Amino acid sequence: MSHHIVAVKNLRHVYPDGTVALRDVSFRITHGESVAIIGANGAGKSTALLHLNGYLSPTSGEIRIGDFPVNKGTLPQIRRTVGMVFQDPDDQLFMPTVYDDVAFGPLNLGLAGADLKQCVADALERVGAGQLAKKAPYHLSGGEKKRVAIATVLSMSPDILVMDEPTNGLDPYARRQLIGLLKDFRHTRIFTSHDLDMVLELCDRTIVLKDGEVRADGLTREIFLDEAMLAECRLEKPLSMQGCPVCGRRV
Amino acid sequence: MHMADALLSPAVGGGMWAASAGTIAYCSARVSRDLDDRKVPLMGVLGAFLFAAQMINFSIPATGSSGHLGGGLLLAILLGPCAAFLTIASVLVVQALFFADGGLLALGCNIFNMGFFPAFVVFPLFYKKLIGLDPSRARLTTVTMISALIGLQLGPFAVVLETLASGLSSLPFSTFVLLMQPIHLAIGAVEGVVTVAVVSFVHQARPEILRAAVEAGPVGNYPMRNVALAFLLGAVLTAGVVSGFASKDPDGLEWAIARVTGNRDLKAPQSVLHGALALFQQKTAMLPEYDYRKSTAERATYGPKAVQRKQGEGINPGTSIAGIVGSLLTLLLTFLGGTVLKKRIKAA
Amino acid sequence: MASIDGALLDFMHLDRLAAGDTALHRLDPRAKLLATFVFIVSVVSFGRYELSALVPFFIFPTVLIGAGDLPVRYIAWKIALLCPFALVVGLFNPVFDTTVLVQLGPLGISGGWISCASIVVRAALTVGAAIVLVAVTGFPAICRAMEQLGMPTAFAVQLLFLYRYIFVLTEEGVRASRAREMRSFGQKGYGMSSYGSLLGTLLLRTWMRAERIHMAMLARGSTGAFQTRQEFRFGAPELLFLIGWCALFATLRSHNAAQQLGALVTGWFQ
Repeated sequence: MSHHIVAVKNLRHVYPDGTVALRDVSFRITHGESVAIIGANGAGKSTALLHLNGYLSPTSGEIRIGDFPVNKGTLPQIRRTVGMVFQDPDDQLFMPTVYDDVAFGPLNLGLAGADLKQCVADALERVGAGQLAKKAPYHLSGGEKKRVAIATVLSMSPDILVMDEPTNGLDPYARRQLIGLLKDFRHTRIFTSHDLDMVLELCDRTIVLKDGEVRADGLTREIFLDEAMLAECRLEKPLSMQGCPVCGRRV
Repeated sequence: MHMADALLSPAVGGGMWAASAGTIAYCSARVSRDLDDRKVPLMGVLGAFLFAAQMINFSIPATGSSGHLGGGLLLAILLGPCAAFLTIASVLVVQALFFADGGLLALGCNIFNMGFFPAFVVFPLFYKKLIGLDPSRARLTTVTMISALIGLQLGPFAVVLETLASGLSSLPFSTFVLLMQPIHLAIGAVEGVVTVAVVSFVHQARPEILRAAVEAGPVGNYPMRNVALAFLLGAVLTAGVVSGFASKDPDGLEWAIARVTGNRDLKAPQSVLHGALALFQQKTAMLPEYDYRKSTAERATYGPKAVQRKQGEGINPGTSIAGIVGSLLTLLLTFLGGTVLKKRIKAA
Repeated sequence: MASIDGALLDFMHLDRLAAGDTALHRLDPRAKLLATFVFIVSVVSFGRYELSALVPFFIFPTVLIGAGDLPVRYIAWKIALLCPFALVVGLFNPVFDTTVLVQLGPLGISGGWISCASIVVRAALTVGAAIVLVAVTGFPAICRAMEQLGMPTAFAVQLLFLYRYIFVLTEEGVRASRAREMRSFGQKGYGMSSYGSLLGTLLLRTWMRAERIHMAMLARGSTGAFQTRQEFRFGAPELLFLIGWCALFATLRSHNAAQQLGALVTGWFQ
């Protein structure tokens, strides 16, 4: 049992054009936690995420994933441990068939033959997309694409699953399916999302970013009760906590 | 200005395929060695961009007709020669297979005409040399216009040469040239304007994209001129070999087939060399002073039917009627056979 | 905009046909590719005045359409949208070549018309063959087959990537041009400046998409090398298919079957 702790210390990131995306961000996520990173657009959520698998390098500060500091030399191990699912599945499904996409990661890790086939089959089963293996990505629905995108990452057996806006663009049914799926995962899960109701359902802990800094970090329920702070960060309570629009009862 | 299968002889088509295939192989090797693996997705999506962009039209002022982006020059500007060539080639492959733009035999010609000239001639020899590192709007416009105009003269001219060399069209050289080149002067101007519009848009928004392409190092260890010459030579040789193989005598398959079916009224050329010289003479006879009457004379030494005519034997009308009846019957049988087959497959 | 919408739908239709499940579809793509290649070479090798000899070659696309259970009207319509260029140039032939080659009673048909008709028939055959090939094989399979037959991997990767993203990019193009259309208020033309910005924006978005794809590739441990999957087997059915068709093409090339059939039939009536 590996304890892959995500430790971010004083992370600062300035883009080449001068924008300060992250000022001073620190947090520590332990194995098995389910954490949401929320904030207004431009608060630095995606930037922070991209540091977790080494795609972006910090201007200053440090990131450690388990035993490894994130730097050029450790990238292969980092990318195996941290599975990242991006917002637009079309960016992630770039191979001719679903099978090829899910096999891409393990192939790069050196799997082949029967092992590879099994790995792909398992990953697709896990997301309930076993029958889609031979299909081309452009013939899939939005929800199917999302699930297959997750499978492409699961096939690499990551310990930490990072997802950028997972429910974005999904219809209610697909969204419900996805939430059900994510609930079952035992990985460390880190999400960014505007879907605060999903956050309430899935994540025990929430980190709120504002202007590149951590404004709040604690239990999701407590964070969502602090209306003043939420408003300050251009957020509000999840709809399920805002009272019933029909009978008018308030929480 | 797509070349078409219907106008192409196997010899010319084969030669151009060899040239294109060779260039693709060269560019693939170069691109694979390129350490920037960003190029792979970039080439793919820019190709898709080109494909999509060619389906969007704009109206050309004062003519009432519409035009669209060709894109060869634009790709060369964004990707550099080798990557651009592969991208253009890939787009043409898809267009040939899905939209029958030109056809599969002519694909070799099209890839060469529309890929080689912008990527390996116009971009390195004109655009790159003249554009400088941070061009003013005026300079950008002028250099791009010149490049587009040149590119869109070379391509169509190659089409003319290929059609003529194939001998399937009766259009005389001078007429063909007079049709193609002026029209493509206009098309080149439009392409230039559009390319300028897009390039300046990109230059304003993300100038580093353009800078990266222009600053890229020399294309290879061999000066492009030599590479180009090597491929053209290869193409000519292949065409010569293929025609030689097609029949022992370059006067064409018609002659060979007529020989096989026993038509003994033909003059067999004395030797391969004779045939080759005769071919050469015909080709040079097709240049500027070309006149329709000569085409009859040319066909007189070129094909068995023409030879028959010359010797006073017309084509037997009996055989033509048989031909027509037979063709119609064959079509009918084919269609019926296909329908029956389809029904059986559907039922299965 | 009608044209780009239509083109995309057409594209997707052809792609869907390739997912069919007939014996023909299941055949190794290399066999189909090579047979089509020999077909095209045979057709194209005919002399310019050949017409009736070309007609029997329609057997190939017809049988494939039947065996692949393809929609006839759709394919015929696609063939009918022939390369206009060939036709345009072909139509010059009757103008320049007026020597009468065939006398049908009072009607004299010039060589120019015959060669023009030959061009049209030739085009129909080669275009038909290409479309049918795609419809029974599918583009990715064709790319893999070509790679196994010697095409460089980098080019195969490019073709597959291109194909994958054509759907995405054309949809973006559709949205962009629809937006333009809705703000044009019925004006006939879309000017150059709006076109430049439209394409420019599309291009920049495409560029950024490429960066994101690259991100996704890196996130899954890509080393830059692509491994394409080889899963087809070239067995007895494929060999039979290939040899059978090639033999037929060779026969039809050297004997004018239509002519002979016609001679037979007209012989009965005499």
